[in-house]
Amino acid sequence: MPTVKTFKPPKSLSGKEFTYCPGCQHGIVHRLIAEIIDELGIQERTIMVAPVGCSVFAYEFFDVDGTVAAHGRAPAVATGMKRSLKDSVVFTYQGDGDLAAIGTAEIVHAANRGEKITAIFINNAIYGMTGGQMAPTTLLGMKTSTSPYGRAAENDGYPIHVCELLKETGGVAYLERTTVNTPQEIRKTKKALKKAFTAQLEGLGFSLVEVLSTCPTNWGMSPVEATEWLEENMKKEYKVGLFVDKVGDEK
Amino acid sequence: MADKTMVKGNEAMAEAAIRAGCRLYFGYPITPQSEFTEYMAKRLPEVGGSFLQSESEVSAVNMVYGAACTGRRVLTSTSGPGFSLMQEGMSYIAGAELPSVFVNVVRGGPGLGDIQPAQSDYFQATKGGGHGDYHAVVLAPGTIQEAVELVHDAFDIADKYRTPVIILADGMLGQMMEPVVFGEFRNLESLSDHLSWSLTGAKNREPHKVTSFNIDPYELEKMNMRYQEKYKKIIANEILYETSNMEDADFALVGFGTMGRILGSVIRRAREEGIKVGLFRPVTLWPFPYDALREAVADKKFVLDVEMSTGQMIEDVRLAVGDSLPVHFYGRTGGVVPNPDEVLRVLKERIEEVK
Amino acid sequence: MREHVLVASGFGGQGIMLLGQILATAAMVDNKFSTWLPSYGPEMRGGTANCTVVISDEHIGSPVTDSPREAIVMNIPSLLKFEERIQPGGLLVINSSVVDREPERKDIEIVKVDANKIAERLGNIRAANMVILGAYLAKTGAVSEQSVEKALKMKFGGKKDSIVDLNMKALRAGAEAIKN
Repeated sequence: MPTVKTFKPPKSLSGKEFTYCPGCQHGIVHRLIAEIIDELGIQERTIMVAPVGCSVFAYEFFDVDGTVAAHGRAPAVATGMKRSLKDSVVFTYQGDGDLAAIGTAEIVHAANRGEKITAIFINNAIYGMTGGQMAPTTLLGMKTSTSPYGRAAENDGYPIHVCELLKETGGVAYLERTTVNTPQEIRKTKKALKKAFTAQLEGLGFSLVEVLSTCPTNWGMSPVEATEWLEENMKKEYKVGLFVDKVGDEK
Repeated sequence: MADKTMVKGNEAMAEAAIRAGCRLYFGYPITPQSEFTEYMAKRLPEVGGSFLQSESEVSAVNMVYGAACTGRRVLTSTSGPGFSLMQEGMSYIAGAELPSVFVNVVRGGPGLGDIQPAQSDYFQATKGGGHGDYHAVVLAPGTIQEAVELVHDAFDIADKYRTPVIILADGMLGQMMEPVVFGEFRNLESLSDHLSWSLTGAKNREPHKVTSFNIDPYELEKMNMRYQEKYKKIIANEILYETSNMEDADFALVGFGTMGRILGSVIRRAREEGIKVGLFRPVTLWPFPYDALREAVADKKFVLDVEMSTGQMIEDVRLAVGDSLPVHFYGRTGGVVPNPDEVLRVLKERIEEVK
Repeated sequence: MREHVLVASGFGGQGIMLLGQILATAAMVDNKFSTWLPSYGPEMRGGTANCTVVISDEHIGSPVTDSPREAIVMNIPSLLKFEERIQPGGLLVINSSVVDREPERKDIEIVKVDANKIAERLGNIRAANMVILGAYLAKTGAVSEQSVEKALKMKFGGKKDSIVDLNMKALRAGAEAIKN
């Protein structure tokens, strides 16, 4: 018997059209998160906290309860929710400006407290929504509208390594850096996301998945060139891999 | 009559919050309100609540935002510098229409200032310290007993209108002790559940979205007009003030909070000397009792507004009174509290001018 | 209307704040209005601390004063600070164990109590604050002895009765000391 498989969107996506640019990888990560929510059967108790940045509308794209936090404050908002509703599943979705610049204190302390929330961190080395300014994760030498001569360490400091920083905090239960450039990497990211949510469901502590992502628009490249640039440059600065795993292997 | 307890203002307000059904507290230590935070740290676990010392007031206010999203009673307390840090979150909370209660135990400013009592955060509280067209309800207790009662009111108003409410206290009220009768413990089941909008997980219903955000100016304008409708209702229903000795008075003193109670001593001494003076004490600073003040002082020779600042509420007093009679001001600032003798002296000087 | 406005002042650790709280609480037990207002901040940490207690038959307006009717001073800095502020005809109670200096005012009543020595004789120098409170109460009658005992029980509720007993002994010894 021939079987027909229909490609269906995950239940936990609202069906609202994404507002992202062509070649942007936010959409891939959104879909993966929604698939995990479906697979874990947690849609009815999930609350998402969207950031300020390109994904400011993310709360509209997921078919779960949601809000938008002030810039950088999503981990604090999520903390308030989780402390109020201990049975809820709370996740933040944050870009590099939101999480690693203005919201550094909030993410470090949420991680250190072992707050039972999950943060999805999209690192594309640039500010997207405001139009291509320098991010804390912008690579040295990389030109942006606020580093027009290229990021210089003596003026702008160095690209910040969030996973390396957070792995030293006691409250982290799961921490991994991935990419979504290839089908294999997408599958790997999905596994990481599942473990991150599982860490929360099992009450093990704070979890974060950093996804290295492209921003063709603000990098000034085609989507394909952007994936190549990510492979050649971002992966050198930001080593993909597992930093903390207190979840263990799937039973 | 229920038992009286001798208790510090900060601790009294904290206990009142618990009795009002608050089981969630997020805050950061700052003098002169730290006893509030300490009391909550000890007491909330006893009643099955959740206490968290945040990494900053910036985080505290956003934790309040998150907790308020779930529809449960939540409170934070702080003092001037910390309240400044909370203004961003306050604006988001007003925009997202989240019920929440803030206690500002005001100290001398600006900047680091000092830790003594002051009323110089009046503008910040009543005119909106954050960005955008919003108001928070502002309640100013004059005694610890009144503070306890206003904490209960604050939660009810916050729930009724889905709005932030500020208790504007000061270092004196926070640090002093006086006898208090506490209210009953609210039955948690009786509190508003906010299930029609709160974020609790979309079980058997469409997902709820709670934000202060709309990218379409016409839609955002509509949201703003909805807030304004709410503010009109608050103005119509929630104004509180107190008058004393006004009926036969030739002169009117105006003051709020701690200053208001100190003016009570001024009036007693003045009347002992045959000076007919009365007191108008606004209890809600926003909404301000413009009409009530105008009517109360209409037949007086002048108004003397006294504040622990260089003159902030005076602007609202002048708006209320207009040009119909002179409005004088006396204030001390930087944490200096005017004592009854000096206010009485100023009052007599103003009376001399009229003669 | 009867009103007591007292400033009590001394080194941190002399039990000044407690003295004021016990007095204000005793007034509450007597069904009077009372307020207790501490000086707070860095001066609490080891320097000179003071508190203001107001006791009244009526609602209390100001819990703060620049010119108290009564003052208790437990050290020299407190004498220097508050002697000149006492209202004419007022009362100054001095812990003469610590303050070896004569006050200058002639228009106020002055009472000296060797509070530390009396407290030591009772077995605990820390009760000097209650000795001096006893002397103050013998002069002013601001609150009743029974109410002080109740206030102490509220404060030390659950702890050993011996603490209350010692403090009450100290209170009575203070009152006795100024009769002679």
